[in-house]
Amino acid sequence: MAKKGYDAGVKEYRDTYWMPEYQPKDTDILACFKITPQPGVPREEVAAAVAAESSTGTWTTVWTDLLTDLDYYKGRAYRIEDVPGSDDEIYAFIAYPIDLFEEGSIVNVLTSLVGNVFGFKALRALRLEDIRFPIAYVMTCGGPPNGIQVERDKMNKYGRPLLGCTIKPKLGLSAKNYGRACYEGLRGGLDFTKDDENVNSQPFMRWRDRFTFVQDAIEKAEKETGERKGHYMNVTAATPEEMYKRAEYAKELGTPIIMHDFFTAGFTANTGLANWCRDNGLLLHIHRAMHAVVDRNPHHGIHFRVLAKCLRLSGGDHMHSGTVVGKLEGDRDSTLGWIDCMRDRFIKEDRSRGIFFDQDFGSMPGMLPVASGGIHVWHMPALVNIFGDDSVLQFGGGTLGHPWGNAAGAAANRVAVEACVEARNAGRELEKESKDILTSAAKHSPELKVAMETWKEIKFEFDTVDKLDIQHK
Amino acid sequence: MSAIQDYPSRLTDNASRKFETFSYLPAMTDKQIREQVQYIVNQGYNPGIEHTEVENAMQNYWYMWKLPMFGETDVDTILAECKACHDANPDNHVRLIGYDNYAQSQGASMVIYRGKGFK
Repeated sequence: MAKKGYDAGVKEYRDTYWMPEYQPKDTDILACFKITPQPGVPREEVAAAVAAESSTGTWTTVWTDLLTDLDYYKGRAYRIEDVPGSDDEIYAFIAYPIDLFEEGSIVNVLTSLVGNVFGFKALRALRLEDIRFPIAYVMTCGGPPNGIQVERDKMNKYGRPLLGCTIKPKLGLSAKNYGRACYEGLRGGLDFTKDDENVNSQPFMRWRDRFTFVQDAIEKAEKETGERKGHYMNVTAATPEEMYKRAEYAKELGTPIIMHDFFTAGFTANTGLANWCRDNGLLLHIHRAMHAVVDRNPHHGIHFRVLAKCLRLSGGDHMHSGTVVGKLEGDRDSTLGWIDCMRDRFIKEDRSRGIFFDQDFGSMPGMLPVASGGIHVWHMPALVNIFGDDSVLQFGGGTLGHPWGNAAGAAANRVAVEACVEARNAGRELEKESKDILTSAAKHSPELKVAMETWKEIKFEFDTVDKLDIQHK
Repeated sequence: MSAIQDYPSRLTDNASRKFETFSYLPAMTDKQIREQVQYIVNQGYNPGIEHTEVENAMQNYWYMWKLPMFGETDVDTILAECKACHDANPDNHVRLIGYDNYAQSQGASMVIYRGKGFK
């Protein structure tokens, strides 16, 4: 006990929570926040305030503080850095003792780290840039129900990216017509088709009818092509009870993979479903609707790399990662950073990719990043180069929009991806020689040739909103 | 735009059956096969050879040809073994696998001699 008696009143946060001499422990959860302080608030004070408000502190001293060893339980701001290219923001590094968090609960971690503190008045804006989960915490989480290696063995797909397609129109098809669209894509050479995220169980197509017809599509396409196929059956629902009911039926049908929207449904539902998938041997595809609401603003919110790490711990076998080249936001170096966070066993600190901490996932399996959104055959060489084999490349419009229909669209993409892998293995530079590689492949594939003519000029060249912080002055 | 073409795959046509990676490309030339073998060696994978009757291609386990060639890095030796498997089983699909010890998976898997009835 440092001093005698209880002193009521308000102390400066930095007296307690700013500890530049602190050496983070291997078991600490570490966080890097980007903070925009209110004018006139000293940086140490604001960093300490974030540490306090995201851990043990409140605005005033309370006598019950003295009943515990607060010096042990508190979060500590231990480092402040300038944000390159910005005059009014700082990076604050905060260490939290592992005891502050319930084992295996991403929910609990986020409730602390991105809870009340984000509305704190002394800040103009706050962004959680990165988290380091200590291996001790990682080992308390279930993680991906299967992982990349198990998925490859189950689906019998080796040495190339997997190919998917989201069925369109997003909404309005009847279950039988929807199954038709899946069947056509699968027989043309896709590995997976996918429910769009907002397809749950609407009046025009109830989930049970959809699952039943789509399973028929999978089975016929498997018989016809001799290859394993799947469809991400979306079990996202209004309640966990309903979600499990749908998952049970999918399992009863013998389908290999189901799907969940982790962010709108929440981490509690997601972690439960991941555990269910592990117990029942189904693969789990994770969609990320709502993520851009919290991760796109470079000054406020949660960076996607944090969401990706959290989801890996909560559990999923696939996770949408952006494409770099398609219609949706995603800076190239940042994307490379977070797909490492999805797949790798150990990710080294690398500021050029926005990685602030070494992260050890130990024996936890990896997830396949899913590149989806406004991509077509012309993007294939770049996609294979950026994502490598351990990925799912997902062409929705880029399959279904083929002038000859889904089977031809699927075949075009399958020929293109195989041609790119073959060329890469032979030592060719994919992005430099993309036109030549695709053009020679198209000589043997009329489907690819027509796809290339159809999407020749389609590009999405907008500047990225959420860039890495770099000096540009 | 050219007239719409039908997609010719049929349950009744055995040649519609595919066999995973590279089965949507034309059969590889000798030069292309050599490049792929070189890739497997360069990646540090252990080459292994398997074969099957074409009608059983969807099963998990094909017949293993001898044992995987652990540590083999000579492209000609690997190619000769593939050829030997093919000569002994001329009607079968013969696939070459690159075992990736670190990922505990197959880093590569491709049919390099296509079975009877497949072009």
